[in-house]
Amino acid sequence: MNPLELARARPGETCTVTLDGRSVEALPGQTVAAALWAAGVTAWRSTRGAGRPRGVFCGIGVCFDCLVTVNGRANQRACLVPVHPGDVIRTQEGTGRVDD
Amino acid sequence: MTERMRLAVVGAGPAGLAGALAAAARGVDVTLIDAAGQAGGQFYRQPAPALNARRPEALHHQWRTWQRLSDGLARHLAAGRITHLTEHHVWCVRRESDAFRVHALLGPAQEEGVTVRADAVLLATGGYERVLPFPGWTLPGVVTAGGAQAMLKGGLVLPGRRIVVAGTGPLLLPVAAGLATAGAEVAALVESAGPAALLRRTPELAAQPGKLAEGAWYAGQLVRHRVRTLARHTVVEAHGTDRLTAVTVAALDRAGRIRPGSARRIPCDTLAVGHGMLPHTDLAETLGCTLNGTDVDVDAEQRTDVPGVWAAGETTGIGGAALALAEGHIAGRSAAARLHGTVPDPRTWAAADRARTRLRAFFAALDTVYAPPAGWAERIPDDTVVCRCEEVTAGEVRTAGPLGAADLRTAKLLTRAGMGWCQGRMCAPAVAGLTGCPLTPGRRPFARPVPLGVLANVPDDETPTR
Repeated sequence: MNPLELARARPGETCTVTLDGRSVEALPGQTVAAALWAAGVTAWRSTRGAGRPRGVFCGIGVCFDCLVTVNGRANQRACLVPVHPGDVIRTQEGTGRVDD
Repeated sequence: MTERMRLAVVGAGPAGLAGALAAAARGVDVTLIDAAGQAGGQFYRQPAPALNARRPEALHHQWRTWQRLSDGLARHLAAGRITHLTEHHVWCVRRESDAFRVHALLGPAQEEGVTVRADAVLLATGGYERVLPFPGWTLPGVVTAGGAQAMLKGGLVLPGRRIVVAGTGPLLLPVAAGLATAGAEVAALVESAGPAALLRRTPELAAQPGKLAEGAWYAGQLVRHRVRTLARHTVVEAHGTDRLTAVTVAALDRAGRIRPGSARRIPCDTLAVGHGMLPHTDLAETLGCTLNGTDVDVDAEQRTDVPGVWAAGETTGIGGAALALAEGHIAGRSAAARLHGTVPDPRTWAAADRARTRLRAFFAALDTVYAPPAGWAERIPDDTVVCRCEEVTAGEVRTAGPLGAADLRTAKLLTRAGMGWCQGRMCAPAVAGLTGCPLTPGRRPFARPVPLGVLANVPDDETPTR
C-alpha cells in the first residue's frame, strides 16, 4: 500500500522536472516538496551560516526551512509551490542570491 | 434597497467554514479568504485536484462532517452568497472608521497584493505545531507531525519508509495511524505523557465519550499496524550527518526526568515530532485584539474586544476541529445578527454552546496531561541550534537572561533568535523555556513576509466620507 493507492488516486501523466540538473518525475498537482519527497530527496537547501542541509520541516508554510530556487527564483517555499512540467529546481545555498 | 452587509472570513478550515455558512444563511455577503487552493484547512486538507483521488476519505476522520461543510459551501457559492478567494495569503487586516480592509498576497509567488473590503471580520486562522528542540532536530528527515500529515493528505506522499512519531499531544495518534495506514512502517509512537496522567483527569475526559472513542479507534489502528507505543518516553537525540538515520529515545520517570540507562536507539529515516500546537494570532494582534496568553480573547458570542472582529477555532485556543466548528457556527450567527443591527439570541445556538463548553473543558484537561516533560529546556545542550532560521544555539540563547532579557523581544535583540524568516514562530517556545521569559505572541506587524512593492502600492487610508 502507498498513499496514492490508499486514496485511489489516478493522477494525470507524470511530468519531468530537474533538481540540480538531474531528472525527477513528478505528479501534477503535487508541490515541489511532495515531488522531491516522492523521489526520495529530503534536503534541498544549505543554511547561510553553517551550510547545513535542510528540507521540509513544518510542511504548511510557517517555518521557511524548505526554501528552494525554482526557475531562477530563490527563497520559494517548496511546501507551497506546485510543480510544473520542466521546472528547473536548484538546491539553494545561503540566501540563494547570486550576489550572496 | 439596502446594501448587503459584508463579512470577511479569514481561513477556510472548520471554524471559518462553519462561520461562513452560518452567516451566509442569514443574509450576509461572505468573502471566504484562504491561503490554500481548496477549502478544508489543515484538518480537512484535500489532495490536489490533479491527483484525482477517488477515495480521499481514506486519509481523513469525520468525513461526513466535511461533506456537510463542502456541500453547504457549494450551495452558497452557487447562490452567490459566499465568494471563496483561494490562494490568498492574508498578511494584514486594518480597521478604518467602521469598515475593514483585508490585505492578501496572491498565489504561490506571493508577489502581488489584493485588498478585500468588509463591514466585519471573522478570524479563523487556525494554529501551527510547536516543536521543542533536541540535538539533531534540524536534520532533514525530521519533520513536524502535522507537517507529515499535511504532506500526506495534500500531496499523497510519505516522508520516508520507516518513521518514528514522537512528542506529546493528541495529534500524534492520528498522525501515526495515518502514516501506517498509508504504507509507512511506523517503528514507534513515543509519547512523553503517561497513562497515569490521563487517569488523573478521568472526569473531564469521560465527559466526552465521543472523543475517547476516537482515541480508542486510533489506538486500535495502531495495534492493527503493529505500531509499538512507548508512553512516558521522549526523544533525546536525532542521529545522522546529512539526513536522519536513527533516533535515541529514553524513558521518563514520574517527575518527567530521564531514567538513567533507559536510552535506546531506533533506526529510522523519518522522525515526525510535535509537542502540541500554538494559535495563529498575528492578524488579531495587528487589529489590537486583546489576547489571553497566546489565545485571542473572545466573549460568549466569539467577539474579540475590537468592534466588528470575531474569532473562532484554534486562534482562540487549541481545541480541535469539533470545537472549531461550534465556535465558528456561533461566530457566524452572532456576526450576522450584529451586522443586521440586532442583538442575537444565544438560545438559538444552545447546542453549539453546550458543545463549546464541554470541548473547552476537555482540552483544558488534555493540556495538563500533554505538557512537555519537566526539565525539557535544561536538557537542550548548548550547541543545539534553537532558532532554525538564524542558526542561534541554545548556549547563545542562554546568554540573553543574564544580559537582562526579561521578554522574548529583548532576547531576540540580544541573540537574533526569532529574527529570521519565520519570525520566531518555530523557536519562541524554546527561547521562552531557555531564558525563563513568558511565552508571549510575537507582535508581528505582518502575518507573512510582504514584498516592498506590495507595501508601496497599498492605498493610503481613505478619509471617512461622513
